[in-house]
This record gives sequence, structure tokens and C-alpha cells, in this order.
Amino acid sequence: MPGITREEVAHLARLARLELAEEELDHFAGQLDDIIGAVARVSEVAEQDVPPTSHPLPLTNVMRADEVRPSLTPAQALSGAPAQEQQRFKVPQILGED
Amino acid sequence: MTDIIKLTAAEIAAKIASGELTAVEVTEAHLARIDAVDEKVHAFLHVDREGALAQARAVDEKRARGEKLGPLAGVPLALKDIFTTRGVPTTVGSKMLEGWIPPYDATLVKRLKAADVVILGKTNMDEFAMGSSTENSAYGPTGNPWDLTRIPGGSGGGSSAALAAYQAPLAIGTDTGGSIRQPAAVTGTVGVKPTYGAVSRYGMVAFSSSLDQGGPCARTVLDAALLHEAIAGHDPLDSTSADLPVPPVVEAARNGSVAGMRVGVVKQFRGEGYQAGVMQRFDESVELLKELGAEVVELDCPSFDLALSAYYLIAPSECSSNLARFDGLRYGLRAGDDGTRSAEDVTALTREAGFGPEVKRRIILGTYALSSGYYDAWFGSAQKVRTLITREFEKAFEQVDVIVSPTTPTTAFPIGERADDPMAMYLADLCTIPTNLAGNAAMSLPCGLAPEDGLPVGLQIIAPAMQDDRLYKVGAAVEAAFVEKWGHPLIEEAPSL
Repeated sequence: MPGITREEVAHLARLARLELAEEELDHFAGQLDDIIGAVARVSEVAEQDVPPTSHPLPLTNVMRADEVRPSLTPAQALSGAPAQEQQRFKVPQILGED
Repeated sequence: MTDIIKLTAAEIAAKIASGELTAVEVTEAHLARIDAVDEKVHAFLHVDREGALAQARAVDEKRARGEKLGPLAGVPLALKDIFTTRGVPTTVGSKMLEGWIPPYDATLVKRLKAADVVILGKTNMDEFAMGSSTENSAYGPTGNPWDLTRIPGGSGGGSSAALAAYQAPLAIGTDTGGSIRQPAAVTGTVGVKPTYGAVSRYGMVAFSSSLDQGGPCARTVLDAALLHEAIAGHDPLDSTSADLPVPPVVEAARNGSVAGMRVGVVKQFRGEGYQAGVMQRFDESVELLKELGAEVVELDCPSFDLALSAYYLIAPSECSSNLARFDGLRYGLRAGDDGTRSAEDVTALTREAGFGPEVKRRIILGTYALSSGYYDAWFGSAQKVRTLITREFEKAFEQVDVIVSPTTPTTAFPIGERADDPMAMYLADLCTIPTNLAGNAAMSLPCGLAPEDGLPVGLQIIAPAMQDDRLYKVGAAVEAAFVEKWGHPLIEEAPSL
């Protein structure tokens, strides 16, 4: 399997919304290449006809009764907000000015 | 005072119930111990003095009113800082959540409070539970009470150190790839990863949701069992919580025995990278099991050799998805919001400022493994390995009742030695990871000191899913035999700090 380049790490960091500094990119690129080289062993089973396991418990669609129950008050829910206004989370601009 | 902190949880509860000690006395003795040694050990990120004393007073009042006390009433506990605690800071060892005061208690915390356990405070950990040394904490490392220049394991190094330093007789950890068992092994304490789904994850900050499991830590097998029983059980607030009865762990811990049991030794759990003294103590433990009446069976589990690789694709993949919630918008850190930047830019600056290097590495690795074009080759193959490992465990448990191995290939390494070498750090979890991938139960308990460095070695016991009681039955028998052989529990050989 191919390794990973510094450019790819920069792209992945952007996808993951991590604003990495240049020196961090240099540092991580080498380390991630080593890690990917080591974990590449899983490809030994790539061709095997084995179902994947996503979870140890065979659970699907765990439902609960649709009933009103106590929950956090608005003040509690907003208690950790970096900024708030009129009982709402105040966030930076999401859409452009126009 | 010294005497109180050396007591086991079971002894403390009995003395409080009989009136020989008050819960307030017990709590004060442990708070005094924390004051005396935690500057050196740094097991705690936050000590909740007022909360602990209030909880202790409530226990004493309950007793004064003649109410029946539970089996852990008034016993102090050190809580890993990954569980939300209403009104008490919860950081997960990260700058991302510095100063955050959760508005709710985790289910596990509610159960501890309902059991009248006294929560002393929150313990140090690798950031978001990612690490094997507690060096990845944003708040500085924790020292191993056996040698303060060495790591106490991780991610739950604060909890294991608090036990070994007699700051608390009980602690809580979480285990995604070994974060309860490896710290227990390197500090000479006991730690149990229950079956996946046995202990609620509600209010436990998520790292890798299909692997994460909270569990008990203590200095004795019986204390771990008492704590296990207090925290386990179905929780409707966690949809992955198992709706099954809790196995009879306390009964098993009180009736330790391996007579007539078949114990498996897996060929793959030895070889290159294993310290000679660790293998020596492990081999002696296997001999001891035979002397105690167990039949030892050699097992071949070839896919276990791929477990570490599969884990370091699955755990980072789930982590990259779980940690997307830290976007600087609703709680926790927000950085760079100067009124000119977009939400997207503020999110990226917040994550850059709030996460440490190991968390960033894993988010990038997970983003890579889940990328279109790579998904099948990486994440898909890792999931196939997971199936193969689960099948090999199932086959093994047709032949044996439990499996034993060293918990960790080496004893505690020096702080700093592997800090910037992720692959070397990951090897600490070589023997613990297969259990997380399969979802079954495992325990680590002390089996001696490695001759070359005088540091504790852990014996791992692995049981099938929902047969957690077998861990305690075997663990209690091994513990009793070792204490008889040594003349005292191993922890008594730890330096007095």
C-alpha cells in the first residue's frame, strides 16, 4: 500500500477542520507515514471472504417509548456556551454577507 | 490516619457500618493523603473537597437514622475525568474542555452516588483517553508511585496512581484498548474491563464508541467486584448497554477457585518486544495455576497478530467521527472568534488550539482510513480482522474457561521515553487490544515484580462476554495464592512516597 505525503496530510487536516501549523504538518507527515506503514498489515485479509464486524453487540434500532420526560432547562443547556443570545447559542457567521 | 488509607474498600465499608469509623473520618484521611502526596504524584486534576465531605456526612446521617447502608457506603473513590459530573469540572485531560462544568451526571456517577460512594475528585488521563502513559494529558504527566520518574500507564494513569499512592481505595477507569488494564499492571493494582455494554457509556466522553468500556479499579479483586456490581447494569440512556443480568461477580470474588478449570495460553502473546522479567513472572503464574488445580491448554490465535493494526484503524476512525462534535459552537473552547471569521474558520482554529498532538494524529489517521477510495482497503479490512479475532476467541472458549497472558509486554517505562514515538507507545497495548475488538471481559492483577527493574508485572485474565464472574473467580484464587506466597499484598512493597 502507498504511504502518505505531506500534501495528503494537509488535505486531510482541512477535511477534519484542523488548522495545522506548518511545523506540525512536517512532524505529523512522517509519523503518520510510519503508522500507516505499520497498520498496512490488515490488507493481508482484504481478499478473504469474511463479513466485517462494526460492533461487538448484535443490536439494531434500539427504541424507547415516545414519552415526555424531564430534560435540561434552557439555562442548563446553554451553561457551557461560548456565547449566547436570547436563549440561543450564538455562533459566528455561517453564510456570506449577501 | 495512615491506617485508614491502607484499608480495603470492603474493610472501610464494614467499619463504617459497625460505627468503628465515620465516613467523614475516612474521607478526611484520604483528603489529607492527597494533600500530602499529590504534588509529587499528580493523580488528580480536581479535588472536590466540599462535595466529598457533604457526601460523607450524608452517609453518617443515614447511619445515625438507622438506615441500612450499601456495601460501599462511605468508601472514597477517584473518578477518571472522562465522566460528566454535575457542577464539577470535567476536562477529559484536554484544553478543549478546560473550565467546562457539565449540567448533568453520567449514569455511572449517578450509580456511585446512589451507592453512597464518596467521589473525592477527578483523575488525570491521556487527552480524550488516547494514550498509554498519561503523558498526553494537557495538564502534565502523572508519576508512577513505584517510581515517580516512570509512567503510571494510560490512559487512566491518574486512577491507577491514586490507588497505588493510597489516595483512594477505589477508582474508575475506561478501557478502549487497555486503558484500565495496562495502568493496573504497571502500578501493581487490579483493573477490570467488563464485557462491552455492561457499564453505561451515558455521560462518558466518547472516543471509540464500539470499543469504549468503563470499569472498576481497586487494590484487591474483591474491592473491584464490589465496585463492578455497583456500576454495572442496563441503562436505557445508552442504546448499546446490554439488557442482561449483571454476572455474580461479588459471589465469584468471595469464592475464588481454579480447580478443574481449563486455562488457555495463547501462543501469540509472547516473543519479540516482551521483557524477560515480565515473561518470567507470567510463566510462574501459569505454573501457579497448575498447582491450584487448573489444566493449561496451549492456543493458537493467528489473527491476534493483526489486532494492533486493526485497532489503530478502527479506534482513530471512530475518534475522528466522535470528536467532530468539538466545533467551538455549543460548549467548550472557542478560539479566533473576532467577529470577522466564519463559523467554519472558527471551528478549525478552535480544534487547532484545543486538541493536543496525539488527538490530532488520530483524527487525521481516522479521516484517512474513512476516505472514499481508502475505506475498503483500510477500515473495511480492519473490520474483517475484528471478525476473525472474535471467531478465534469463540473457538478458544470452546476449549478453555479463561485465557491468561501478560497484561503488557513491559513494565512501566520512563516518562518521556516514548512520548514522541507513537508506534512505540502503541505497543504497550499489544495484549489488551484483542479483547476490546471482540467485546469480551478481562482483568489485570499483580503477579510479582520484574527481577531486572523491581517494577510490577500484571497478569491478564480474559473471559467470554457476559461471563465476567469467571475473571473474579480466577483472580481471587490467584491473588490469595500470591499473597500467601509473598506473605503480603504486592502493593505493600511500593515505596512510601
